[in-house]
Amino acid sequence: MSCASGRQWWPVPEILLLLPSVLQPLAGGQSVLATPADGPVTVASLLDAVAVDYAVLGRRLRDETGALRRFVNIYIDGDEVRRLHGLDTEVVPGQEVLVIQSVAGG
Amino acid sequence: MVGMATAAESYVLAIGTKKGLWLATSPDRQEWSFTGPHFLMAEIPSIGIDTREGRTRILVGVRSPHWGPTVAHSDDLGATWSEPEQGAIKFPEDTGAALDRVWQIYPDAESRPGVVWAGAEPISVWKSTDGGEHFELNRGLWDHPHRSEWGAGYGGAAAHSILVDTVGETVHVAMSTGGVYRSLDGGTSWEARNKGISAYFMPDPNPEFGQCVHKIAADAAVEGRLYAQNHHGVYRTDDNADSWNSIAEGLPADFGFVMLTHPRRDGTAWVVPLKADGERIPPDGKLAVHRTDDAGNTWTRLSTGLPEHEYNSVLRDAASVDTAEPAGLYFGTRGGAVYASADEGATFREVASHLPDVLCVRAAVVAGA
Repeated sequence: MSCASGRQWWPVPEILLLLPSVLQPLAGGQSVLATPADGPVTVASLLDAVAVDYAVLGRRLRDETGALRRFVNIYIDGDEVRRLHGLDTEVVPGQEVLVIQSVAGG
Repeated sequence: MVGMATAAESYVLAIGTKKGLWLATSPDRQEWSFTGPHFLMAEIPSIGIDTREGRTRILVGVRSPHWGPTVAHSDDLGATWSEPEQGAIKFPEDTGAALDRVWQIYPDAESRPGVVWAGAEPISVWKSTDGGEHFELNRGLWDHPHRSEWGAGYGGAAAHSILVDTVGETVHVAMSTGGVYRSLDGGTSWEARNKGISAYFMPDPNPEFGQCVHKIAADAAVEGRLYAQNHHGVYRTDDNADSWNSIAEGLPADFGFVMLTHPRRDGTAWVVPLKADGERIPPDGKLAVHRTDDAGNTWTRLSTGLPEHEYNSVLRDAASVDTAEPAGLYFGTRGGAVYASADEGATFREVASHLPDVLCVRAAVVAGA
């Protein structure tokens, strides 16, 4: 792959955050948010980066102490982060981070 | 026609429920046009209708069980809603606390435009000077030495009532559980003011604080006179909450959540008695509002137009009065019915049915037909 100048370039590594439909209006209608990363980052850092552009979305996922809301679940490769290292769980470029709300409710 | 808004006015009724907000407008308090649900699947425990500054701003506390709490506002009767990017209410980092629910939104007096107060869970009081778009935590109450001993009622630990006097220096707050607190310096410092209010459920039934006061309201005309609906007990103070005296005699039950006062007339207040502790339904399953016109010395049972049987309770903020003449009275039940009276409770009609549990009702006379 090359750019117009003829110099070789590579796609910037990204981490993809996949959003449920109910949250997509808070991300400009996008279902996937791509965050550049050149190495492992924690889920907390990823959410910090997302909240820079989409502050209201950030508040829907975490409270003002930074804690993940009780009925918000975040999965990395099928594992819910609470069963890993919580928001300190690291995610690497190329991985997908999936946000799913709990089915709790009445 | 008595009670009719002028050609340039109409009535707004806002109903916050467990699963969304409904808004209604009416030219005459008889026929209502509804929109909603707004914020479907989020509970709306608090509403403020701010008619100052030549606009109608509806402020709502929104709480999604999944996505958390926020405060939103609309200046076009719900056609569009806004919320600040960083949130209207946000605990400072050093508190280590997070907002759980906004229980009260209280637009201040006409003479203090832009000032809006809020009461929240965890127990906290907030003040906005920009019409409710950004609030600042009241540090005096947050850092109060009693805080560690305040408890949670069944619905949570919250400041649910805020009253500010005409001067703006005296502020009364009620919390469950903790009781009534008063500030004489605009909210800088606070003292418990519960003398005479029973806390029968505690080892000492007359503590300085710890009472489960469900709602307080200020008399429209007599400075320093407040009314309180307690967890068992209905009270009045004539000395700015230095002492409280029972006014429950004549009521079928002294338990309930609602306390409303007339917008202009001294001595008039409304309660909705419930039988407790074991039942928590209208006495004998017969729903009625009770009104006093003599500051609690006597009570009149009002049930014309209400159903013969109603086993649902009415929560503390699920009732409201408007400022028309005669005043309108509105309340909703946990069974999703909303009743409205255009004659101060003499007669009611059911204006909404089968909604989710009604958590909050507010009504106002607004500009614009």
